[in-house]
Amino acid sequence: MTDFITLDPVPAPAPGKGDTVLEVRDLSVDFGVDKKWVPAAIGLNYEVRAGEVLAIVGESGSGKSASSMALLGLLPTNSRVSGSVKLGGKELLGGNEANIRAVRGKDVAVIFQEPMTALNPVYTVGAQIVETIRLHNEVSPDQAKERALRMLDLVELPDPEKAFKSYPHQLSGGQRQRAMIAQSLSCDPKLLIADEPTTALDVTVQAEILDLMRNLRNKLDSAIVLITHDMGVVADLADRIAVMRRGLIVETGTAGEIFHNPQHEYTKALLAAVPHLGQGGAASDDDVDVTAALAAATHADLEAVPRSELLRRERENAAALAAADTVKPQGEPVLELTDVAIEYPKQGRVPAFRAVEGANLAIYPGQVVGLVGESGSGKTTIGRAAVGLLPVAAGTMKVVGQDISAAKRNGRQLHEMRRHVGMVFQDPSSSLNPRLPIGESIGEPMFLAGVAKGAALQSRIEELLDQVELPRDYRNRYPHELSGGQKQRVGIARALSLKPKLMVADEPTSALDVSVQAKVLELFQNLQKELGFACLFVTHDLAVVDVLADRICVMQRGRIVEQGTRDQILRNPQEPYTQRLLAAVPLPDPEKQRERRELRAQLLSGAS
Amino acid sequence: MATYILKRFLQLIPVFLGATLLVYFLVFSLPGDPIVALFGDKPVNEAVAARLREQYHLDQPFWIQYLLYLKGIFTFDLGQDFSGRPIAAVLGEVFPVTARLAVMALIFEAVFGIIFGLIAGLRKGKFFDATVLIASLIVIGIPIFVLGFLLQFTIGVQLGWAKPTVSSAATVQDLILPAIVLGLGSFAYVLRLTRTSVIENMNADYVRTATAKGLSRFRVVRVHILRNSLIPVITFLGADLGALMGGAIVTEGIFNVPGVGNRLYRAVTQGEGPTVVSIVTVLVLIYVVSNLLVDLLYAWLDPRIRYDA
Repeated sequence: MTDFITLDPVPAPAPGKGDTVLEVRDLSVDFGVDKKWVPAAIGLNYEVRAGEVLAIVGESGSGKSASSMALLGLLPTNSRVSGSVKLGGKELLGGNEANIRAVRGKDVAVIFQEPMTALNPVYTVGAQIVETIRLHNEVSPDQAKERALRMLDLVELPDPEKAFKSYPHQLSGGQRQRAMIAQSLSCDPKLLIADEPTTALDVTVQAEILDLMRNLRNKLDSAIVLITHDMGVVADLADRIAVMRRGLIVETGTAGEIFHNPQHEYTKALLAAVPHLGQGGAASDDDVDVTAALAAATHADLEAVPRSELLRRERENAAALAAADTVKPQGEPVLELTDVAIEYPKQGRVPAFRAVEGANLAIYPGQVVGLVGESGSGKTTIGRAAVGLLPVAAGTMKVVGQDISAAKRNGRQLHEMRRHVGMVFQDPSSSLNPRLPIGESIGEPMFLAGVAKGAALQSRIEELLDQVELPRDYRNRYPHELSGGQKQRVGIARALSLKPKLMVADEPTSALDVSVQAKVLELFQNLQKELGFACLFVTHDLAVVDVLADRICVMQRGRIVEQGTRDQILRNPQEPYTQRLLAAVPLPDPEKQRERRELRAQLLSGAS
Repeated sequence: MATYILKRFLQLIPVFLGATLLVYFLVFSLPGDPIVALFGDKPVNEAVAARLREQYHLDQPFWIQYLLYLKGIFTFDLGQDFSGRPIAAVLGEVFPVTARLAVMALIFEAVFGIIFGLIAGLRKGKFFDATVLIASLIVIGIPIFVLGFLLQFTIGVQLGWAKPTVSSAATVQDLILPAIVLGLGSFAYVLRLTRTSVIENMNADYVRTATAKGLSRFRVVRVHILRNSLIPVITFLGADLGALMGGAIVTEGIFNVPGVGNRLYRAVTQGEGPTVVSIVTVLVLIYVVSNLLVDLLYAWLDPRIRYDA
């Protein structure tokens, strides 16, 4: 079989020194909405060289995805594209369908955001890769299979034979994304478009996929266009960056230029809004050098940092930890879990599933406890059990002084307890009733609890809208008329309506753009200080916890593996899992991220 | 998988007992004396009537009648109908005819429903789509006997393209027109179901992936959209086979098809308990088995579905 690409490592060319692969000139995209053209991207100009990663960053609606899909003609039919896109000197736009089809998958491959849905569920991974290979190369089925297996091996799937025969749903999210990358690379593309390739993944899996993409870039010498909203991912991978806002590229530059010397106001605002680990939180306002903390805790020796410098940073860190005031908690705990196990009850033939085991946790009045962990770690389960949505299988759970572990489902006791507990949900769009004006959504808990009626209820609703900084006349609007951030403010107002002693917030900002997230978090923080409720803040994002939480609990596979004050966890993480988790969070700073990456590599090699 | 199929077959036992008991009770409760009705306008000969009542166990209470009937089934003797013919022979005569009719109707609605639905879905909002949608609404809206008589008259009598009535042999050719009439209603549903499903799958991420791989539009549709879109359609078709078998009474009446529907109608009006129960029970069994087949087909089409015993 002839090799259509060589997989042997070739020396990586210096970034930006290769030939120009993609040249985009005056690219504009419009969408037809209600018989009007609404611009999504306006006059974009950029080029990408072989072996180079260009990151296009921006928030939702900035046109970063639409403009990149336009390169391959993958937009829906209600769109219009103009300008010029040249791939290796050949024009892609305006040609006939057959031309662009020959380019798709062969010269330009795409990695999509959702590995869950981007692969066809009814065909095996192998069949889908073989389909791509045979489409663009005249090879026999056996040769195609052989090649597909090598691609699966190349993307470091542990058992390529097995992955080949698996259906997408039989693989984990990270494995699926690897399979997706294998498919994209199977025809040796000159250009790879990665559309939010790690957004749907856990942070440790994200770090693995980013490592993989970096390795592949060095091996294959493809040009990569990386579309993302995550500045940490950008810092980890990008050579050059284009910042997009409302359809325009507002700034382009090398990664170093953009991160250290941003020119445009929006770029500055975007960088400032990115919450990053160690940036300071409720308890202390000084930055935590997580890299140094990890190095100290694991006795790692970094090449990227001089020994003396590292020691100095470790000493600073230790001093800050010692100085951190450990305030004695006051009063009775608002939420107290003692050896709690939580089960999802058995449903039909599906046996009961124990999602949490032996959890011990206490939240005192006015305290914010961050519960972090990856998908499936049981963090949301604890949040749900705390408001009585899931039964406690073993141990005792006290909420606002009441033991609810034996409470009947939907019984009187839970009903009573819920008056003192507010909950903010993850998806602001689906957790508000679309047919209720938001004023009614906010007022409903108070009406049902009988605390306010008529004019008193109305004035309380207005007060709550003031608190979450929404105009009072928004009370008559419907959820679809609000932006994501505004909807989440409504969610917070509703949770606050009964003046809860305990607030359970389940990933309240993970569906929001960074700049919106920053504002909602700030609001949340202010309200918490002002009203003094205790809070269980469930999230996968360590940086968010860092901003808000007094204490942090780290969960893994249904167990709380480590807990402590924010400083204890960030400055002196003891559990290997916590260390791995911290090391996987990318920093929005290319140099610091390089240090972090080296540290992570050492941690992983030490672990294995 | 084997245990799953076995379990499903074991489920047939309670379904069988329940169905026979219920139907037997319903026929038993029908008003009027079937034996008296047999004499028609002629005076009733009490001696003959008594003999007939004994022969058909009509002099026994309900439970005895039912148990005797069950005993007959397990000894492979379904009894006789009122004209003295073995019921087993009657079943053997009418079921093949209706099965032929139902399968033809099913093929008609599946083939045309899926093709039309697919094209309409792919051209959502265009002329073809709008036309087909309105047409299907009309078909769903008009009662089947109106459609039946209409087609029988226009296509069968006036144009002479197909035979307006069915011969006693009920050949495939005879049954073309009745099958179309029988399948028309479901055809409209299959069409709409396919269309909705195609539209939903066209916007799926994996279809975009398939396009991004460089596949031709035709291959994207055939390999990636169609198979995913057929999953709900197959469910409907499977359930519909049973409905077509049992629901052919009107169509069979219009075209005078010597099938299950006609015979069942006669048996009900004459109060022939054993005949009614036998026919209905076979229909119920066909229904259950076709549902099982659908479930197995479902697992084959969608690998995410696995049946653990």
